[in-house]
Amino acid sequence: MSDFTADNGPTNGTAKTSLFTQTARTKRRNAAETRFKVYGIGAIALGLFFLVALLFSIVANGIPAFKQTFVTIPVELTEAKLDKNGNRDPADLAKVTTFGYKPLVTSALIVALKEQGIEIPFAKEKDVEDILSSSVAAQVRDTVLANPDLIGQTVDFRLLASSRVDGYFKGRVTRESLVRDKNLDAEHLDVADAMVDAGLMKTSFNPAFIFGSDASESRPEQAGIGVSMIGSFFMMIVVLFLALPIGVAASIYLEEFAPQNKWTDLIEVNISNLAAVPSIVFGILGLAVFIQFAHLPQSAPLVGGLVLTLMTLPTIIISTRASLKAVPPSIRDAALGVGASKMQSVFHHVLPLAMPGILTGTIIGLAQALGETAPLLLIGMVGFIASNMPDGITAGFLSPNSAMPAQIYEWAKRADPAYYERAWGGIIILLVFLMTMNIIAVILRRRFERRW
Amino acid sequence: MPVLWLFILVLALGLIGFVLGRARALKDAQGDIRLLHSLPSYYGSNVLLATLIPGFAVLVLWLIVQPMVIHGQVAGMIPERGLSDYGSLNLAMSDVRRVAEGLDIAVEQGALSAEQARDIRTEFTDIRGRLGEVGVALGSNVQPYVLQAAQKYRAMNATGHWLMSAAVIAAAIAGFAIAYMRTGKDMRARNSVERVILILLLSAASIAILTTIGIVLSLIFNTIEFFKLYPATDFFFGTTWSPSFGGGSELGILPLFWGTFYVSIIALIVAVPIGLFAAVYLSEYAGPKVRAIAKPLLEVLAGIPTIVYGLFALLTVGPLLMSIFGQDGGLGWMQGGRSVMTAGLVMGVMLIPFVSSLSDDIINAVPQAMRDGSLGLGATKSETVKQVVLPAALPGIVGAILLAASRAIGETMIVVLGAGAAAKLDLNPFEAMTTVTTRIVSQLTGDADFSSPEALVAFALGMTLFVITLALNIFALYIVRKYREQYD
Repeated sequence: MSDFTADNGPTNGTAKTSLFTQTARTKRRNAAETRFKVYGIGAIALGLFFLVALLFSIVANGIPAFKQTFVTIPVELTEAKLDKNGNRDPADLAKVTTFGYKPLVTSALIVALKEQGIEIPFAKEKDVEDILSSSVAAQVRDTVLANPDLIGQTVDFRLLASSRVDGYFKGRVTRESLVRDKNLDAEHLDVADAMVDAGLMKTSFNPAFIFGSDASESRPEQAGIGVSMIGSFFMMIVVLFLALPIGVAASIYLEEFAPQNKWTDLIEVNISNLAAVPSIVFGILGLAVFIQFAHLPQSAPLVGGLVLTLMTLPTIIISTRASLKAVPPSIRDAALGVGASKMQSVFHHVLPLAMPGILTGTIIGLAQALGETAPLLLIGMVGFIASNMPDGITAGFLSPNSAMPAQIYEWAKRADPAYYERAWGGIIILLVFLMTMNIIAVILRRRFERRW
Repeated sequence: MPVLWLFILVLALGLIGFVLGRARALKDAQGDIRLLHSLPSYYGSNVLLATLIPGFAVLVLWLIVQPMVIHGQVAGMIPERGLSDYGSLNLAMSDVRRVAEGLDIAVEQGALSAEQARDIRTEFTDIRGRLGEVGVALGSNVQPYVLQAAQKYRAMNATGHWLMSAAVIAAAIAGFAIAYMRTGKDMRARNSVERVILILLLSAASIAILTTIGIVLSLIFNTIEFFKLYPATDFFFGTTWSPSFGGGSELGILPLFWGTFYVSIIALIVAVPIGLFAAVYLSEYAGPKVRAIAKPLLEVLAGIPTIVYGLFALLTVGPLLMSIFGQDGGLGWMQGGRSVMTAGLVMGVMLIPFVSSLSDDIINAVPQAMRDGSLGLGATKSETVKQVVLPAALPGIVGAILLAASRAIGETMIVVLGAGAAAKLDLNPFEAMTTVTTRIVSQLTGDADFSSPEALVAFALGMTLFVITLALNIFALYIVRKYREQYD
């Protein structure tokens, strides 16, 4: 002991300094402390930075998809070309294909350009038609077939511009990038610029993107997410009507009635494992059981809904059990005390009190199911062009359709910047749905959840 | 739609049963509710359940069994020649079903009479043309044996439907009658209703087990089928992955494993430090306000669908990395936007909230007394975290990392869009490589023929994936649970 005190005696030199002066070691330790804290702040900042970067790139790339370039020109619907017999017979009218309409539209465009004094810089005047989407003839034809009285008149049409002209106004296409492009020349862009100045061409909001269908692999300007939204809607109906009752029933059993035995343990272990099984494995299950074995139709929202139900069940069960657990035992005891049976106490008292929590969990489970893609790839919801709205409710469940995330994947695969823009736009719509669902869940929780 | 009508019929029977059962019980007690054993509605519910459950059970069972029986019967009618014509029994059977449906539609539209549909022969009539008129397009001319099989299929279906309707209604009425006869004022209606409900609850809970069994069976059967066609040793130890649907494929899983492993490692290298530091800061340093804002914001990352991350990898991160490490950046390490690095980085971002919220829970579970002890001895806060809190939380954190790893291995959309399609064993993280999940997707999408090894290999891959993630999860949960018990 005496050696110890001697070593630390005043002769060692450090004792004379003030306690407020930091020794080198203290400084080092304090620096380490600050460093550590900065790492923590840095980690959070980095995480938030990724979030901001992600959201920024979604919004910046996706907003243009909601706008589209349109050309407004008067088209003369010549009777001699469209209805040779002059009797407006729908069967005769339908015999004129889009090839019959194409020259009308092209000449209307040329006339409109000449009226505005816009020079057409092509050897063949007809080449200027590449400014328009290849879908315009079909658009004019559909209008005429729906309303044959228009024949013989000159009607103003709002026609889609081709995706490259559209891309030019959105900054996606430049004159340099067109050098090796077979579909459009730089001269077209000069004409387009002149048309904008003359008021013939305008970029405006495009509702067809939200409500329309995916028309073809080669006409991005026409593609919309509407039909796949319907597909997603039918799938969510299936998920809601299967997963909610089954999930709640299973949770009530496990939380209120299950005896402590092997079977209960087995169920518990299975639920927690299913929650962690990769989603693609559920896709394999759907393919093997529902399509290979039960011969349900491929690409049908019913099958997608069944697969997603199995996938979201664990989520719903886990959250429902948590909210059942949150109802205090005194409620059950009081019900039992006035003579209710166990079943009555659960269904008349515990379940209504747990309902807000159950609904919150269900909505979050649904949101998860809505954004899920991988299992849908295996049951055939991609590679399929969802071009028609389902006719009727049975067809909605059983006829082939796509789903929003599957449609986005399909667009992302097509390796065309115009489709990439659609994909980002589709993500905005998907995220709007997810955000709405989550906000509803949060409001439900804030409003109705009771703290005991 | 007969099935829908049958459904409604049984439902209506049940509702009638409810009213009658309730009335009978009340009548038996001469309208004095006190003489009844249970509340009146329980007597009604008892008859209702006794009607619905047998009715629906028979309906569902029949709907499952009938197609299988008919399939088996009709498949026997297709001769050996049919197998070679169509390539496989499944394709032949789908043609049979199409012809049968076409005949149904033709009869419905009046293009054929019911007798004609039953008796026409390909030798005398152009079936393809006739069906084409009613809007059913067939790929090739109808073979005589296909037509006969289709006619047999229709006949069996029709009889099956009749038998089913009869059986369902009989079952429902029998249940109704028995329950109704037994209804009386002394019957313990509530107990029997509650017993049935309990059984329903139990069966709902058992769906989890059924799902697992379904997954395991669908994987195992197809995997066994695959190993009959392709040797297991070549699958597990082969170093080349080159499937070709024409035959002569090499299906070694090792390059896929390597790709999966590499992407997951990069993802964990990104996610673990960021997630862990964020968790430590949030639980040890941040005030309640910062915590209330930063924690939900980080968790938003977990709620974003993976397809969004996939697109982010493909269209934002890939080109960005290209401009730094690609030819344009002067380094020339990267050939295209899709690479292990692209997918790994984005997957890491996705896993940050996963690691951080799990570790946050675990760090919070470390008792305050341990921190106080350490601080009381003069340790700084960071020393306390590094030398006391983290070691105490270590098993739990390892569990969280394992869970994150299992997520990374099973993740599909990010790698499908971001990692590329080339299967190779390479060390350069800027190369495109492929993973187990991407190959499952590419082997099973499209019009794959389910009897070829090239399609069946997807089930073997799925089986491997399932086993690995399951093992990781069980191990991780075991560690987390064991650790939690220490401080509870």
